[in-house]
Parts: sequence; structure tokens; C-alpha cells
Amino acid sequence: MPDIQPTTDKARPKSSLKAWFHPRGRSISTIAFALNRLTAIGLTLYLFLHLVVLSQLLRGPEGWNSFVSIAKSPIFLTLDVILLFGVVYHMFNGIRVALVGMGVANQRQKGLFYGLVGIALILFVVGAVLIYTK
Amino acid sequence: MAEQIIEFKVQRYKQGQPAPTYQTFKTLCDDNTTVLVALQDIRRDQDGSLVLRHSCHHASCGTCGMRVNGKEELGCVVKVLDLGTSTVTVEPMRNMPIISDLVVNMEPFYDRYNAVGMPYVRQSEYLDEADLAEGLEAYQRYENCIECNLCVSGCPIMGSDELYLGPATLAAARRVIEEPRGVPTKPLLDWVDSENGCWRCHVAYECNTACPSEVYPGDQIMALRRDLTKRKFRGLFGRGGKG
Repeated sequence: MPDIQPTTDKARPKSSLKAWFHPRGRSISTIAFALNRLTAIGLTLYLFLHLVVLSQLLRGPEGWNSFVSIAKSPIFLTLDVILLFGVVYHMFNGIRVALVGMGVANQRQKGLFYGLVGIALILFVVGAVLIYTK
Repeated sequence: MAEQIIEFKVQRYKQGQPAPTYQTFKTLCDDNTTVLVALQDIRRDQDGSLVLRHSCHHASCGTCGMRVNGKEELGCVVKVLDLGTSTVTVEPMRNMPIISDLVVNMEPFYDRYNAVGMPYVRQSEYLDEADLAEGLEAYQRYENCIECNLCVSGCPIMGSDELYLGPATLAAARRVIEEPRGVPTKPLLDWVDSENGCWRCHVAYECNTACPSEVYPGDQIMALRRDLTKRKFRGLFGRGGKG
């Protein structure tokens, strides 16, 4: 089978990020795909941020207590809510992608999207309320 | 019969131009005017330099693929007034080099697609109760794919990775694996079992949405993954290698 070579034709549009997030004419499945990528990038960045936050423990009880007071501020809670959205969306859409990718229910992928992301949104709303009220 | 003047915003590009531009034309459309016919009217009456490609006018040849209001369509079967917009934006397909205006270079598509070696005809599944005509062993029909390239245009991964084999090629590979007709399938499975093969797909399913011919490439790609997963599991238990 042949190796595919890149085209050297300058008239081929080069638009990596635009191709992923260009919404015009796209279906719900592409919006699901684009959101999955965005949340994946967000969660990866969060992982590093989380490690930075945990490193405050090295500064002893005073450093940690000062961080906890910041963590209870409304701006930080809003960031927590955004994080929660990323977690539940990526997790439930990930289940859909895994099921479809194994050839299971691939003809019902839109129904899976609405069902699983619906559950994710319910969990998100409940979680957001708890974050702001507890 | 309803008639309406419709504005067409058409992407123009000629070789050597730094970037595509848009040009606006107005033309009279009625209930039966398709986007392709409207563009032909514009070419005939207003600007003979507008380049477009077409042949059959009934969704069989797959040569008039384009984007209409952002969506991948065959221009020959989209009725202008059904779109419900006073301005219709027409652009060439995505992810392929533009030759001129609405015509793209299909060579990268055929480099992949032809390599699969999918036969053009298949045994018809629609006439199984019909009596066979004298001299025929079975009724045959053409394979579903009309090689229009709309799935490749719709695929967001093709936009970011031009080495990806793409939905049409993977769907054709799946057809051969599904019905090999004596062709060894192992080389084909090895070809699609790669970083630029079926694992490169990110399940956006734009190919299924764009396909005008019931090929459902996204489903075929997932079926390939299932075939390959089975093959890998069989390999783990020492039952692989059958091609």
C-alpha cells in the first residue's frame, strides 16, 4: 500500500486549529469533538496548576492556610465550576467516544451524545450549586 | 411558481492569487433552480471566468461538490429557494488545493482512494426476489460511493492532518474487508491500522453528515476499528495472522 506524501501545493488551506473549531456548517458531533478538545486542554493545564497548588504544602501550615482562604474566594469558586464542567463533559463524552470507537452503538452516537451529556449537565448543575452553597 | 432574485456570494480564487476573495452576483431563481443551475446561469450571463465542475445534474457523478452556506453539498440537488436565505454563500470544498474558483484538485483524494482497489460494482441487494433475466448470474449495481470528496471536505481532522487517509478511503477499505472477493485483506488492514489510518479519526462524524450517498464513512471507520481490535485480541491469544 502506498505511503501518502504531503502536498506541496500552496493552494491547500493550512488551518489546523480553525479546522477543529470552525462551527459554520458543522453538526452537533463536531461541536462535541471541539468541546472534547477544549476540555482536554483545560484539564491538562489544570493538572499542572494542581501540582503548583499542592506544592504550597511544602511551605508548612501558614502557606497552606493562606491558600485555602484564596480558594474560598468567589473567583476561585467560579474557576472550580468551570473545572467541574470540563471534568463531567470530558468524562461522559469520553464514554461515548470509547463506546462508538469500539464499534458499539456507533449508529446511535447522536443519541448517546444527548443522553450522556445530559447526565453530565445534571451533575454539573448539582455540583455547581454545592460548590457555591456549601 | 415562486420566483426570487437571490444574491450569490461566490468564493473566487485563481492560481497565484495570495488569498481567495468573494464576489457577489444576483440572479433570478424559481422553485426548481438548483445551486448548480444558478451558478451556470451566472457563468453564462454575467461572468464567463467563473470556474465550476459538474456533469450529470442528478447526484450520480459526484463532480459538483461544493460548500453551500458552509455545508458540504452536491450543488445539483440543492434547490436555492429551499435554503431560505436571501444570500447564498458558495465556496469550494475544504482540505484540498484549489485549482480555480470552485474547483479543487482531487489528486490527493484519488492517490488514497484508488490504492484500496475497491471494485466499482457489487451484487445488488435490492433485487433478491426478482427473477433473473436470461444470461445473468446475479443483478449488480454500483457501489454507493460516488467519489464526491464531500466527506473529506467535512472532516475536521483532514483540515489539520493532510496525511490522514480520510473517510472515503477508509470506508472503501472497509467495503473490501467486508466483501473481499478473493483479495487478501491483511495488507489493507495493516495499512489502515496506523497513526494516519482509522485511529486518527476523532469521531466528529461530519463525514456521515456530508455523505450524499449512504456510505456513512464514520460508521465504516468504527467498524474497521472493531475489526482491528478483534484482530489484536486474536493475536494476543495466538489466533491472529489470518488475512
